[in-house]
Amino acid sequence: MYTVNLAIIIPFLAAMIVPIIYKRIKGIHVGWFVFLVSTALFLYLVSYIPNIASGETYLYTFEWIPSYNINFITYLDGLSLIFALLITGIGSLVTIYSIYYLSSEENLSHFYTYLLLFMGAMLGVVFSDNIMVLYVFWELTSISSFLLIAFWYHRKSSRDGAQKSLLITISGGFGMLVGFIMLYVMTGTMSIREMITTISGFHDHPLFIPAMLLILLGAFTKSAQYPFHIWLPTAMEAPTPVSAYLHSATMVKAGIYLVARFTPVFGGELTWFWVVTIVGIITLFWGSFNAIRQTDLKALLAYSTISQLGMIMSMIGISSVALRHGHSMNMVIYTQAAFAAIFHLINHSTFKGALFMVVGIVDHELGTRDIRRLGGLATLMPITFTISIIGSFSMAGLPPFNGFLSKEMFFTSILSVRELHFTSEVWMGLIPVVAWAASILTFVYCMIFVFKTFLGKYQEEKLEHPAHEAPFGMLFSPIVLGLFVILIFFFPNVLGNYVIKPAMYSIFPQLGAEDLGQHVSAWHGFNLELKMTIGVIVFGAFLFIFLRHWKGLYNWILPEKLSFNALYGNSLELIEKVSKIITNSYMTGHLRDYMVYIYIFFIIAVGGTLLNTKAFLFDIEQYSTVTEFEWLITIAMIIAAISMLLVKSRLTAILLNSVLGYGVSIFFVIFRAPDLALTQTVIETVTTVLFLAAYYFLPEWKKEDSKKRSKIVNGIVSVAVGVIFTTIALAVQNGKLFESISSFYENAYELAGATNIVNAILGDFRAFDTMLEVVVLLIAGLGVYTFIKLKARKGDNPLEDK
Amino acid sequence: MKTNNVILRAVVKLVVFIILTLAVYLFLSGHHSPGGGFIGGLVVAAALVLLFVSFDIETVRGAIPFDFKKVAALGAFISVTTGFGSLLFGEPFLSQTFAYFDLPFFGETELTTVTIFEAGVALVVVGVVVTIILSIVEDV
Amino acid sequence: METLTTILTGVLVSVATYLILSRSVLRVILGTAVLSHAAHLLIMSMGRGLKSGEVPILTDEALSYVDPLPQALILTSIVISFAVTAILLVLAYRTYRETGTDNLFEWRGIKDE
Repeated sequence: MYTVNLAIIIPFLAAMIVPIIYKRIKGIHVGWFVFLVSTALFLYLVSYIPNIASGETYLYTFEWIPSYNINFITYLDGLSLIFALLITGIGSLVTIYSIYYLSSEENLSHFYTYLLLFMGAMLGVVFSDNIMVLYVFWELTSISSFLLIAFWYHRKSSRDGAQKSLLITISGGFGMLVGFIMLYVMTGTMSIREMITTISGFHDHPLFIPAMLLILLGAFTKSAQYPFHIWLPTAMEAPTPVSAYLHSATMVKAGIYLVARFTPVFGGELTWFWVVTIVGIITLFWGSFNAIRQTDLKALLAYSTISQLGMIMSMIGISSVALRHGHSMNMVIYTQAAFAAIFHLINHSTFKGALFMVVGIVDHELGTRDIRRLGGLATLMPITFTISIIGSFSMAGLPPFNGFLSKEMFFTSILSVRELHFTSEVWMGLIPVVAWAASILTFVYCMIFVFKTFLGKYQEEKLEHPAHEAPFGMLFSPIVLGLFVILIFFFPNVLGNYVIKPAMYSIFPQLGAEDLGQHVSAWHGFNLELKMTIGVIVFGAFLFIFLRHWKGLYNWILPEKLSFNALYGNSLELIEKVSKIITNSYMTGHLRDYMVYIYIFFIIAVGGTLLNTKAFLFDIEQYSTVTEFEWLITIAMIIAAISMLLVKSRLTAILLNSVLGYGVSIFFVIFRAPDLALTQTVIETVTTVLFLAAYYFLPEWKKEDSKKRSKIVNGIVSVAVGVIFTTIALAVQNGKLFESISSFYENAYELAGATNIVNAILGDFRAFDTMLEVVVLLIAGLGVYTFIKLKARKGDNPLEDK
Repeated sequence: MKTNNVILRAVVKLVVFIILTLAVYLFLSGHHSPGGGFIGGLVVAAALVLLFVSFDIETVRGAIPFDFKKVAALGAFISVTTGFGSLLFGEPFLSQTFAYFDLPFFGETELTTVTIFEAGVALVVVGVVVTIILSIVEDV
Repeated sequence: METLTTILTGVLVSVATYLILSRSVLRVILGTAVLSHAAHLLIMSMGRGLKSGEVPILTDEALSYVDPLPQALILTSIVISFAVTAILLVLAYRTYRETGTDNLFEWRGIKDE
């Protein structure tokens, strides 16, 4: 029944089992278990392809918090299926790769637990229909990414990278949450499907644009769009399997998923088109521009990922135009941009995954991934070389690789922008030019990747290990991905018809099915797109050959001081410094001061409200009579309480506290609460024994040696607190606004079979409270036990800061 | 703590049983008159504390060889798991039920699932209170 | 009666506040104990009216009962406040063993070993 819900839960369950398997089963690498889980999920999801392709969707509802409209609804359609297949499929390949990549001395159980956690969270993101549930999974992916980046937590750079990615993605996520809440306020539903059907009535709502921008903020931070891209290069501190999986193939595409998913909600708005397209184009250019100057292969790939994500983002932005003006026939052509986007998204996952794994192999076998130290590996590592040729030529957009097809389609869609007359023609014409320039730069860095690493002079003296081919286990996954790169080129329409077309229904539910398909072919005449590609190759080759003559420009254009990274670093430092100053000014480290803050806040806030609302004006009626005996006890208790402040010996103070306790239990008798009276009496006895036992060890208390001033402050504060407290209590007693619910409990005999109402409440009506109370009590007991028994071991040094 | 008080010890030996009987009575009567799991457990704990105070710990430990942490854990386990029992019958978590039975010796008796729950509560109270007191007193 | 109880509660709260603000850790703990007494009395007096009925045990004769709900709440609270007091006491005791002082002001800035 809840099969898709289960698909989300299974990785989490598996994550729980991983540490156990790791501990118990020594012979088999724990990664194989993870591989089994992800492959099973992958195959299971593959079985949905035929039905999804025929236009079906699956909806499963599991009521979670129905009273708040928050249900665990999973929605499996074409769009989510593509992402789910990528998550589980690439996940399986990465797992195999990681088995050979990570040495067995690493903390594998942590690694695979986090990996499964991520897999589950990511599946949750793409399957959730309820925006609140989606948000929770969304943040969970950020958290698991944080844990994975910081996997080598003893390295400072890993911790910094993890922190940066967490700060940026989580704050974007918060923005997204606010946007979601605004959407909920507007439409009154938390289901994305229902929003799509009702949103058309809210385009003029004042919250519409803010909600859109905030949701885009979440998507852009997650997908590393300019200017939030800075977290992705530092996230490369993660182990390479993680970079291949999270930071190129899946997690960073969550933002794209979100934008695609919300296209039917916001698409057609000009703001949406401009923001998504322009940010995408800038990111495309900026990423490829920066990739060229990198000397670390992984950083190069990180910037190239940023750039490719920007490219996909801009295509989705362009496609949203199709929903403008109630979709006339001549606008349908723009849906092709979305088709190209999804197509490229899949292609990118294949070739970029392969390239990351290649870098991992180079790093693993040679001990470095700095291009200045590499070169001439082609003959020594022939298979790795072949894969990297496939991957980077595909990325550069050359045939016969899948990147060529999607790059051509990208050009088609970017050229179609010229026909939109949203603003002056010069501006609209600039977009294709920038995109084309970025493609040239892309070509350049792809060539850098291949030629600087594998050709040129082999410099063994600069490497940590002499070069040799990697074991088959590490080569397996990149080979599979490389095969896909080629296969997709030759059979693009299999993918197009069975996987991408259904996803198009999800992005454009308002359009008819017949408009959405697209036939992909490698050759479509000697048109402008092909000329652009040829131009890219010519100019790119030219730039690459003369690279060292113009590379110096970078330092001139982009000094390190002015980068966003420096801005981030400086502002983080500034925030830390300022908050330290502020915190130190009032965090004195004295309990008394903190309590004074709390009490003064109470006095001002509550007392002020009391004065403001005139709630202190009430007449004191006598509800029930007071007997002399009750007067006597009250007075005795007041005297006991006040003398607690004055007595010299702590023994007397403890006994006075018991006097108060027994006094309270007498009151319980008077107020007809026999259970309470019994309990209070026994507890008071035990408490006194406890105090006396501790008293046996604690020193005699000294006279309070506080300054006179602080004593006076304490006195004033306490009296004020007492007075306000009493006033509120009296005011509340005077103005009972509604009937007590207690009369319900008087049916105890019929409902619970008990005549003792108090006990029926504890054991039956509100048994949940009692159960939790029992657990709290147990925790307290264990806490006491550990406080006493657990002595700190000397010589335990923290692991931090190597 | 060293105490050497013959009269106290003699009285305690006798009184502890009375207290324990009272505890059992309070525990069982909780359904219809004052009493119940908390009070029953507390009174048992008080009796044990009285023993520990008047005799030395080793003697009492020898006589009552329980690990009170485990008693507390068992109690919590019982209380929580009884909650799941109702799930088996399609009722919400922690629903209690009751029925009347005709038992030999007792006549018509009301049996309730609350009693099991309350037994768990009582065990936790006993276990925790004794653990707390013993931890402090033993740590010299 | 409610008014009287409430005033007593207020006095207890004042005393507890003063104790909590002091320097000796034992005083602070006693303060929290007094505070919980005050809280119990307050909850009690917030019910449907004190002494306005019979003991809340169902019988055929009784016409009305006192409010059972505050009683159930307080019963839970009594036990929890015992646990809190115990934890605080042990915390204080253990800190005293490690640092040799029970003065909160002297605890400040003591380095973790």
